[in-house]
Amino acid sequence: MSKNTEIRLGGEGGQGLILAGVILASAALLEGKNAAQSQYYGPESRGGISKSEVVISDGEIIYPEVADPDLVLVLSDVAIGPYTRDIRRDDALVVFDADTVKKVPDLKHGKIYKLPFTMTAHDKLGKPFIANIIALGAIVGLTNVVSRESIEKAVLARVPKGTEELNKTALFEGFELAKTIKK
Amino acid sequence: MEKKALLISGNEACVEGALYAGIQFYAGYPITPSSEIPEGLARKLPKYGGVMIQMEDEIAAMAATIGASLTGKKAMTATSGPGFSLKQENLGFASFNEVPCVIVNVMRGGPSTGAPTGPSQGDVMQARWGTHGDHPIVALAPNSIPEIFTETVRGFNITEKFRIPVILLLDEIIAHMRERIIFPEKGELEVVDRLKPTVPPDQYKPFDVTNSPLPLVPPMAAYGSGYRFHVTGLNHRTDGFPTNNGDLIEKEMHRIMDKVDLYKKDIFKTETYMLDDAEVAIVAYGSSSRAAKYAVNALREQGIKAGMLRYITIWPFDEAAIEKLAQKVKFIVVPELNFGQLILEVERAAKGKTRVYGVNRVNIEIIHPHEIIEKVKELFHGI
Amino acid sequence: MAFEYEKYIRKGTLPHIWCPGCGHGIVMKSLLRAIDGLKLDKNDIAVVSGIGCASRLPGYLDMNTLHTTHGRALAFATGIRLSNPKLKVIVVSGDGDAAAIGGNHFIHAARRNIEITLLVFNNSIYGMTGGQVAPTTPLGAIATTMPYGNIDPPFDIVKLAEGAGATFVARTTSYHTAQTEQLIKQAIMHKGFSVIDIIDACPVQFGRRNKPKEAPDMMQIQKDNSMPIQLAQKKTPEEIAGKIITGVFVKKDLPSYMDTYYTTIIPKAQAK
Repeated sequence: MSKNTEIRLGGEGGQGLILAGVILASAALLEGKNAAQSQYYGPESRGGISKSEVVISDGEIIYPEVADPDLVLVLSDVAIGPYTRDIRRDDALVVFDADTVKKVPDLKHGKIYKLPFTMTAHDKLGKPFIANIIALGAIVGLTNVVSRESIEKAVLARVPKGTEELNKTALFEGFELAKTIKK
Repeated sequence: MEKKALLISGNEACVEGALYAGIQFYAGYPITPSSEIPEGLARKLPKYGGVMIQMEDEIAAMAATIGASLTGKKAMTATSGPGFSLKQENLGFASFNEVPCVIVNVMRGGPSTGAPTGPSQGDVMQARWGTHGDHPIVALAPNSIPEIFTETVRGFNITEKFRIPVILLLDEIIAHMRERIIFPEKGELEVVDRLKPTVPPDQYKPFDVTNSPLPLVPPMAAYGSGYRFHVTGLNHRTDGFPTNNGDLIEKEMHRIMDKVDLYKKDIFKTETYMLDDAEVAIVAYGSSSRAAKYAVNALREQGIKAGMLRYITIWPFDEAAIEKLAQKVKFIVVPELNFGQLILEVERAAKGKTRVYGVNRVNIEIIHPHEIIEKVKELFHGI
Repeated sequence: MAFEYEKYIRKGTLPHIWCPGCGHGIVMKSLLRAIDGLKLDKNDIAVVSGIGCASRLPGYLDMNTLHTTHGRALAFATGIRLSNPKLKVIVVSGDGDAAAIGGNHFIHAARRNIEITLLVFNNSIYGMTGGQVAPTTPLGAIATTMPYGNIDPPFDIVKLAEGAGATFVARTTSYHTAQTEQLIKQAIMHKGFSVIDIIDACPVQFGRRNKPKEAPDMMQIQKDNSMPIQLAQKKTPEEIAGKIITGVFVKKDLPSYMDTYYTTIIPKAQAK
């Protein structure tokens, strides 16, 4: 049985997590891989706990949601409890936004990192809403689950016309942030 | 040229499957988590000359779907939880009058308004018994995006061929999640159209099966085709007119019920996984079967010979599959996103030959493989 | 020359179920005369009904006929009309069927201006179920579920249709057979949603608990109490109080739903 890569993007409504998940799954398809993307969201379009999960595999994806996380991204305090409690392995990566997550918890398993997605989006790119794409770049940099070329292609296929350069820059910033981590 | 793999949601796959099957009419009412189906058909159906209408309520949507089917069109409606409840009376009308139609019910948390964005498998029994009175019905429960496509096509085929309404039971998880799919080419999957009458209009009786090439299935004329006929929700004779004659009522009721029995082998669909040498069986359907299959693999890695029987056709229920299983496994586990609905059928069919246990949750989250694994381990080692 | 009703009646379906003194059969004759006068092909007419006494009418007609669930006839008819534009669709409904349980479909069919003709057989009572109060029962009238006199203000079917946007609205009575025939003709040929409120008598369920009791007297009231709208428009509100105002109330030429669907939605979608 080929090992899947299981990624969870947790945060709140309005952070663009579902789009980020769809883009990541699309990138996997571009490489001929299999992917499943699912989500949870509440009645609120903005705010409220939300997640997007992506499972990527070279073979069949039996269970479409995250059963054994390889990477969990947390962009909001509300997402900490429910979305980190099932981390089972010590080599799982848990990436918190350094600014929007106020108190990074102690976890039984997993390697914890803090990266400044929101601050980079705000200060370097002047667009706070682009933090999701920066995070996506970092996830790809950390896991190599898809290539940088594929994720860029997938991003450009899904974002509004006229925002291509901004999104490319955001991805690049994400790749750079990933490099700051010594795994 | 290699065909392109797409990443689409279950609801989108349902739209594409319906178009592949030749849908010509859709009537609906917006309700989460099924709304992507009418949205998709509003964009695409008119391209093929079809009609999509958003009706004033769920009841009207079911009614308009039946009306369209009576004019000879392939028709579908989609809904969820509360809307499925509202549709039941007219669904009974379609069932009684053998009007082909597909009803998609994306199951969400219930009862009442419940959890609009949360999954559930709580409508299994409602799909079978939701409308009043004994009636024939078919319900299909796919578990992946490619299978939603193929089961939508199969649903249209079954309803058109046998004149039994088909309920496509999705759940919020598979309706909203996205997976890889490659659309089949035209001709790759069978597409069936309903039987049309061969007798001249003045000899046509809408429920007469005497000379039908398909036993018990009456050929169906369309309104406006020159065949003038009557359809009523009252008990009716083979010529369509109301009757209070008990013998005639009994005969027609038997025919529509026997029809399901006669063709059940064409309607049944199950998947077996690792059952040949299994000591433990997991019986599952819909999104829960994804967790079940994962659990089978994990249990086997841990030395427990588990296998899975998956129901793709839920109604009519394939009892024989359970009977066979019950004789050889130590126990059966049925994971469901409800308090235990299909398990009642499994228990009934097992006839006490093996023990049957549920793994249930109603907290609007998908069943986790580890829940099944733990339950099986506990039961296995407890023996 | 006598009118050949047999041409339109299905063999073996008569006698009908309506009580002696009921006006439904009279209205059915006016409907058949209208259809005959328009020279419509029986194959191109669908007659749809819900539940109630009037709803048994389609079964007697040798056309495309559908007897559906309570209140839902217009919704079934919408599906028929949209998927076979060739068919003229006539919905036959009682007042309870149309304005109570089917009230939502009524106002939305009107709003949509879909090409359907709705004939409301308005006898102010639930006849088939045994004389219960209807949304058209006058205040104070006795019904089995209003034994102390009705306190539920009634709907005016014409005003309801007009308010909801119907583009052809008329009223007549079962006594005025020639007018009924003429109005049905106009309604069927109208492009859009057309409604006729047909004041009818139910001596068995309404009459027996109220006044007048007998069918001929009830019919006499339909005659004596009616006033054509042209005349009514010249009168004061006091002068027309309690009158049955008959004739055409609304006749507007507006885009109809099905027509617009086929001329705008489909071409737009196909161009994309």
